[in-house]
Amino acid sequence: MVILFDHVTKVYASQQRPALDDVSLEVEKGEFVFLVGPSGSGKSTFLRLVLREERPTKGSVWVLGKDLSRLSNWKIPALRRQVGTVFQDFRLLPNKTVFENIAFALEVIGKPSGHIKKVVPEVLEVVGLEGKEGRRPDELSGGEQQRVAIARAFVNRPMLLIADEPTGNLDPGTSIGIMKLLDRINKLGTTVVMSTHDSQIVDQMRRRVIELDSGHVVRDQSRGVYGYAR
Amino acid sequence: MRATFVASEVGTGLRRNLTMTIAVIITVAVSLALFGASLLVRAQVSTMKDFWYDKVEVSIFLCSKGSDTPSCAGGAVTAAQRDQIKTDLESLRPLVQEIFYESKADAYARFKEQFKNSPIVSNVSEDALPESFRVKLSDPTKYDVVASAFAGRPGIEQVNDQRQILDKFFRLLGGLQLIALLIALVMLVVTVLLIVNTMRVAAFSRRRETSIMRLVGASNFYIQLPFLLEAALAAGLGAVLAIVGLVAMKSILIDQVLAPSFQFTAFVGWDAVLAIAPIMLVTGVLLAGLAAFFTLRKYLRV
Ligand SMILES: Nc1ncnc2c1ncn2[C@@H]1O[C@H](COP(=O)(O)OP(=O)(O)OP(=O)(O)O)[C@@H](O)[C@H]1O
Ligand SMILES: [Mg+2]
Repeated sequence: MVILFDHVTKVYASQQRPALDDVSLEVEKGEFVFLVGPSGSGKSTFLRLVLREERPTKGSVWVLGKDLSRLSNWKIPALRRQVGTVFQDFRLLPNKTVFENIAFALEVIGKPSGHIKKVVPEVLEVVGLEGKEGRRPDELSGGEQQRVAIARAFVNRPMLLIADEPTGNLDPGTSIGIMKLLDRINKLGTTVVMSTHDSQIVDQMRRRVIELDSGHVVRDQSRGVYGYAR
Repeated sequence: MRATFVASEVGTGLRRNLTMTIAVIITVAVSLALFGASLLVRAQVSTMKDFWYDKVEVSIFLCSKGSDTPSCAGGAVTAAQRDQIKTDLESLRPLVQEIFYESKADAYARFKEQFKNSPIVSNVSEDALPESFRVKLSDPTKYDVVASAFAGRPGIEQVNDQRQILDKFFRLLGGLQLIALLIALVMLVVTVLLIVNTMRVAAFSRRRETSIMRLVGASNFYIQLPFLLEAALAAGLGAVLAIVGLVAMKSILIDQVLAPSFQFTAFVGWDAVLAIAPIMLVTGVLLAGLAAFFTLRKYLRV
């Protein structure tokens, strides 16, 4: 299994109410999972726990077969190399080109430049940005910027891709393009977990839907819809 | 590890933070120059000790006609007293290594030579200078043995240890060196604080890069390395400037100004500079590296 939450509770230091309250669930290899729920329901908290940017207050989080609470600090980078991440705000370096932004992610984990020259064009082709490698982020549309971010997350062919509202800043047409791309990446063997408020996308894709409300899992359907209107 | 990549990151970092980098270089240079100078003074003191302790003597001044110490109540020293003193000195061998007798005429000749450019010579007559025994000890610290045997004896006006006068002078130099060292330490503390602050600003101004690095799984070492290298490089540059300053101190202040005017004493050689320079470099780089390391541990968390 790729992700396992075992009775996980997360209470932020400044907060009384838990952001996640006794959550237990599993995500299998190859799944595509939507995380839905109203604002403040705990979606980002869930994803940050998977990345070990936060630690659970109670319970344990397993990712790619490792118990994160027992993983020592110096092993975290190795874990993150197997988990791609994509955010609403793209998080690109504004003064680097598309190619350099993706290469940066490889350089900082010590990949040789021969390898970088080979895999960056490949991943640019996967995300459909051939010919735009020389542009800087401000010369790209929002959708294209998110494609760069996805390319960066996917360039190491991670086992798991975490996306926190990847289409949150994009118009519906562009969002569908991004979803097609994430679907393609999922079909290439990467497990995808994404949070979203976009009902149209969830309803179209018909994949597993986990709904959170006030830190509780209120719904977990294998071929679900967005379905607020219960 | 990609050397070219790390090097280009370091270059960007240094340029982006140029004013802070310059401030670090200057404070490191000033504090290390002071540190080096204080070490140089210490080397100078030990050079002078070597030089002078080799030459110091115990002087036993004999009574002249006008002497008014109680031991000179019997007037000028007699030939018999002088011979007895000589014999007693001989009996103190091997502590007493060499014995010279200096007559009034010898003393006057030496005095004239020493002050040949001064009008004082014409005011002093041969008679005003005492005759003396100059004694060289095999162990200059055992001055007390000689003093207790001869001080206060009839015919002896005074027993004088040059070493004690020198020691006063050396204590003064030692005090100066300590003050320089203390100021240098304070400056080094200031330098560390400045580096800590610089690293904080650097970490903040590059938080976008470092957060992406963490995200894609760069190791802590890799994230911190450019910052550490920047700090070490700035400190290294500062240290080089400080060493240039030290070399200037030696070749201009000591060799061209002090040495010609004070020819009677020895000055530190280049070997001392050669020994101090690496200490300065290592101190600067290590201090900056450690300051940066501990700051970054706090500001660039996993
Ligand atoms: N760093 C933090 N410190 C304290 N409280 C936090 C922190 N992050 C989130 N919270 C709180 O935890 C709860 C869950 O927040 P979370 O960000 O997980 O929600 P979300 O489902 O991602 O919301 P959104 O859809 O608006 O992104 C909220 O009540 C929020 O105020
Ligand atoms: Mg959120």
